[in-house]
Parts: sequence; C-alpha cells; structure tokens
Amino acid sequence: MQASATAPPRPKRSPAERWESFQRRYAPYIFISPFFILFLVFGLFPIVFSLYLSFHSWQPAAGLGSMKFIGWRNFTDNLTDPTFWQSLRNTGILALESGVPQHLIAIPLAFAIHTSLKRVQGLVTALYFLPYITSVVAVSVIFVTLFSWQYGVLNVVLTGLHHLPLIGGLFPAEKINWLGNRDFVQPAVASVVVWRYVGWNTVLYLSGIQAIPSDLYEAASVDGATTGQQFRYITLPLLRPIMFVAITLTLIGNLQLFEEPYIIAGDSGGIGSVALTTVMYMYRTYNFYGDAGLAAAMSWLLFILIGALTLVNNRIFGKSRLSGSD
Amino acid sequence: MKNALLSLSLSLLAAATLSTSHAQAKVTLTVGVFPDLDSVVKAAIPGFNKKFPNIEIKINSLAYGDHHNALTTALATGSGANDVEAIDFGYVAKFAEGGGLVDISKAPYSAGQYRSKFVNYTFPQAITDDGRMVAMPTDIGPGSMFYRTDYLKKAGVSAADLNRSWDSYVTAGKKIVSANPGTFLIPDASEVAQIIIRTGLASGEGLYFDKNNKVLVSPTSPRFVQAFTVAKAIRDAKLDARAGAAFSSDWTTAFQKGNLATEVSGAWLVGHMQNWLAKDFSGKWASQQLPGKSFTSYGGSFYGIPNQSQHKAEAWELIKYLTTDPAQQILAFKTTGAFPALKAAQTAPLFNEGVPYLANQKARLVWRTAANNIKPIDVNRLDPVADQIVADALSAVLDGSKTVPQALTDAQGLIARRAR
Repeated sequence: MQASATAPPRPKRSPAERWESFQRRYAPYIFISPFFILFLVFGLFPIVFSLYLSFHSWQPAAGLGSMKFIGWRNFTDNLTDPTFWQSLRNTGILALESGVPQHLIAIPLAFAIHTSLKRVQGLVTALYFLPYITSVVAVSVIFVTLFSWQYGVLNVVLTGLHHLPLIGGLFPAEKINWLGNRDFVQPAVASVVVWRYVGWNTVLYLSGIQAIPSDLYEAASVDGATTGQQFRYITLPLLRPIMFVAITLTLIGNLQLFEEPYIIAGDSGGIGSVALTTVMYMYRTYNFYGDAGLAAAMSWLLFILIGALTLVNNRIFGKSRLSGSD
Repeated sequence: MKNALLSLSLSLLAAATLSTSHAQAKVTLTVGVFPDLDSVVKAAIPGFNKKFPNIEIKINSLAYGDHHNALTTALATGSGANDVEAIDFGYVAKFAEGGGLVDISKAPYSAGQYRSKFVNYTFPQAITDDGRMVAMPTDIGPGSMFYRTDYLKKAGVSAADLNRSWDSYVTAGKKIVSANPGTFLIPDASEVAQIIIRTGLASGEGLYFDKNNKVLVSPTSPRFVQAFTVAKAIRDAKLDARAGAAFSSDWTTAFQKGNLATEVSGAWLVGHMQNWLAKDFSGKWASQQLPGKSFTSYGGSFYGIPNQSQHKAEAWELIKYLTTDPAQQILAFKTTGAFPALKAAQTAPLFNEGVPYLANQKARLVWRTAANNIKPIDVNRLDPVADQIVADALSAVLDGSKTVPQALTDAQGLIARRAR
C-alpha cells in the first residue's frame, strides 16, 4: 500500500539521449524564434520607441543623449498646429476622393467580369491588377508627365477634343494647370490612387462574388429577376463581408497616403500644400525639421484617428451587422 | 662570426618588426558621400595617396537623400558613421546644432586658421551660435542669371536691361515674351522671390530670424514685401512657366524645348544644361549677374568628422587635402564643375578660359565676382520650417487667394508659433 519514500535512481542518460531530449524540448522554440526576433526588432521595438519618443523632445542629429522628457507637449503642439489640421483635412478629402470611386467602380466591374466576361476573366483581372503591382514611383512619375501643364498629353487631348464639332464645348479651350492650380491638385492625386487600387478591389470583390452559391442566381432568374435585380438583391447583400474587408483596407491605406501625393505634388504638398497628407507632414517634421518627438506624436494621433474610423466602419459593415441581426 | 650572425638576425628581426608595424599603420578611412561629389573624392585618391600612402580610402556613396538620412541615423544612434562625411549646404544647420560632429575650430584641427583663404560666406554657414565649427566648405554655388542671347536680340533687349533692377527685369521680360511667342521669362515666379528674400539683409540678420530669434517675416518688412510683389507682377503678366521647383517635369521640359528666356540658378546649372537639359541650345545661352545687384548662393558642400570616427587625425588630413589644396580644388572643378570655395583655386588659368557651351564667354569670372560678393547669412535651426511657411504664403499670393499683407501676416503668426 505504502509507496516507497525514495524514488528509484534515474538511469544515467547517454549524451545522445540528452541531445534528443534537448532537441525535443527546445528545438521548436529555436525554429519559431526568427519570427519573434524579427517582430521584436522591427515590429514591437519601433512601436514602443515611437510612443516613448512622443513624450520627448529630440533632435536626432544631436544623438540619443539630447532626449528630454516634455510630457504631453508634443501632442498639444500638434493639436494646435494649423498645418497639422490642414494635413488631416487634406488626408480626409483625398481619402474620400480616392476611396469612394474605387469601390463604386470595383463592385460593378467585378460583377460584370464574373457574369459577362467569364472566358477572358483571368486576362481582364490581370490587366486591372497590373497597376497595383507596378512601382508606385514609376506610376506617379508617368502621371506627372501626363498632367504637365504646358507639355502634358492630357491637356493636348482635352484641347484637341475642344475643336471637335458638337461635343467640343464640353472640353476646355485652354490648357488646365493640373498641378499648379489648387483646385485641381487633389483630384489629380486622387485619380492616380483610384487608377492604382481599382484592380486590387476588383480582385477582392471578384473572389467574394465567386463564393456566392450559383443556385441563388439560378433561382432568381427562374423567378424572372433581371441582372440588375440580381446584383441589387443577391450580390450586394452577400458581398458585405468582403466590403468590410475592402473598405477597411482602403480606409487604412488612404489615411496613410504618402507616395502618390509626395511624387505628384512634391514634398511640400504642391501649391498651397493642398496635397500635404498627414504622413507627408510627419515625414517632413522628422526629416526636414529634425523634430523626431513631434513627428512621433503625430503618428500616434493618426493611429488614434485610424482606429476610431475603423471602429465606425466596423459598426456599419462589421460582424454584428453581417449575422443578419439588422 | 657568432656576433655577425646575431647582429644579422637581430637586424632581420627589426626589419620584420618594422614592416609589420608599417603594415599595421595602414589605416582605412571611410568617406560617406553623395553623387556627384563621389567622383570628386574618387579623383582625389591618387594625389592624396602620394602624400599619405598609408591611408587607404573607401568611398561609401549613397543617393543624396539616403546619404543624409543615413548620417542622421548614425549620429542619432552613435554608431555607423563614416570617418569623413560629406554634408550638403541644406543640412549643415541641422547637423551643426547636434553634438555629433567634431568641433574643428579647436586644436588639433584649428580650422579657423584657413578662414581667410575661403570665400567669406562659407565658414559662417558651418559655425554654430556657440562658436563650434562642424564642417569645412569645399564647393559653392554662386548665383547667376542665364539668358538666351537669341531671344533678347529678337526683342531688342540688352542683357543690361535685364539685370539693372527687378523692375527692369520684369519690363524687359514683357518685351522678350511678346517678341518670342511661346517662351517664358523664367520657369517659376517664386524663384525671384527667393532671391530677393536672400539678398538685402541687414547685418546680423538671418533669413527669417534675427539674433534674438525674433521672426523677421512681416507685412512691413521691405524685403518680404518686395519679394512677394515682384513675384506676383511676374505671375500676373504671365511671364513664368509655373513650372514649380527646379528639376520638376515642367521645368525640365521647358528647358529641353528651349522655351525659357532666362533662368536664375547656381553656376553649376551649366553642367546640367550642356549634358542633358538643353543640349541643343549650345552657344545660345550666356551668363551674367542676378538682377538688381543681387548676389546669392545656390547650395554648396562641406566635409565633417563624426565624433564616432576612430581615425580623426587621418580624416582631418583628407579633409584638408580636399578643401585647402588648390590643385585638388581645381581638379574637382574640372571633374564635376564643383565651383571652388578656396580662393586660391579661383585664380587658376582655367578661369580665364571661355566656356564652350556659353559661346566661349568667360563666365567663370562672372561667377567668381558673384562668389566674392555673397554675404554670410546667419542660419537658424528653424529655417526649414520658416522656409516652408513662407513658400506656402507665396503660393497663396501667386494664385490670388491672399493679398501680400494678408499672406505675410499669416506667415508671421505661423512661424512665431513654431519658434516659441
């Protein structure tokens, strides 16, 4: 009944056995460690450091020793800076101008590709997707050339169309200074963003449409529903989960807009800084003004804004509304 | 015999030790630099190695922006900087305020002894408020006005008409543009404002701040009012191509198509013009001083030594060679057109030769005069911020959305806000 008080002595293990046990116990950690090391170095550290930085005044060129704790000052300075608010306004306008058309074009386009262009679906999708995988720098540089006031192809075409009979009146007689007139800079930048991301969204929506059971459409056509009605009553409601994903991605992407406006309008955001986005202003604050703390605080303010807007988007399109509770 | 053997082996040993120490003394010096300055350093190596065979030079060249970003990061983290770092004019103030670069005004460097040998506005650019000097000047960009002789001739306008004053520049410009349809007087009206802002400073004034950090931009400052007013007159008379910043797409194309009658820039522009920007118009361009007896600088480069450098003495030897050796400065001028900051290099016979692209005009003499007339400007850490705010205010005036006093009042408020 009584268990022996002393455990039998463990047999001595050979080095080979010890090595095997070590491998079994620790090898998995070693194998997954690259991810954690990379995440710590390039993911977590910058995030934590930028938070730390946002409460400090720091001129990077003066070395780490020059860092001074200044509390919330960077945040209050940003929130009372008219240029920061202007950059937020610009970002918001650009996000809307470039975000809304992307989806308004991509959803019907995906539906059309799915229903009418079945045979060449792959080719058409690839063509639309091409801008997304092309270097944004190359794309922007080409658009700058197209938008050129005196020498751009766009103005040559528009003023050429002006001379056509009947429809000529619809087109401008004089060249438009797309990038030198503050009314046109934002639409010019937005059009490049739309052009670039429509393909990406089309692919997302196409995959969503393909997941909709075809018997729903068959049943609808038996009931005499037109293509428009099928789109309205089957495709759109069932696309909602994909819409949530696509709109969230657009929202985050557009609020972080940098390359397109930077190259098209210049590093100062073009005439009157109308295309100066918050990320561009952040970059400028760090790189040209050498104020790392102020730039870090700006990035956290932008993070809070993106978080809030994503929550709103979640409320509109998110899971709670997808389960049919509405 | 024994003694002879011993002394032989001893001397062999000594020789071996010496040669080892000799090999150990070989120092590899890293030089961080950007194009085209990298070609200048490369061209300097053979000459430098003749004087210092034990110093091997390794050039780390990065694109302009990347080079300065890498240097900022290296200074911020305290590691990774090269032994010698090239710094462009636009970045000197930023690096000067930090403590990452060696103060070369102190012994053993004592850079101050060379001050009189250099064009006089260069040294103050690299000296901080508290008297530290962080870099040695190497090349400068004396401002010059380039003009198309054929367009002026057709309009019956002389070069002197163009540069008598800013008003005469605008008046002559109107004649040139109307006599040569499709041409523009200047790529962008804002360039004129930039020159006027940079010239006519009272002594002790910076561009945007005085010695006590008081903002100088104001609706009552004659300098800013004139700058904005002249630029607006040019824009209203439709004399500018509204091409935005230099090297923009419209700017480049206007040059390539030969649609510009004048351009104001650093002397270095000729290199770009003859190589790619306006190749087809060789012999049609000429150079003279900026209008209204304005003398201003368009950039320039410096060399500094980071505190992290392990080879400061050797780094200083290289910097001295690159900046204070007249033969090397002339070689640099021949290599990339980098205009020498060293006065002794400006008396080379090369300066009396004509520039083939400018129809053999002795333009280097014009640039030398400009270089020696440019006044030093006090730099302020917040200059880049003020620069941007003033540029925005100017663009608001140019496109008619604000009046000059309104724009300057707003700019004054915004700059004061950042300077508190």
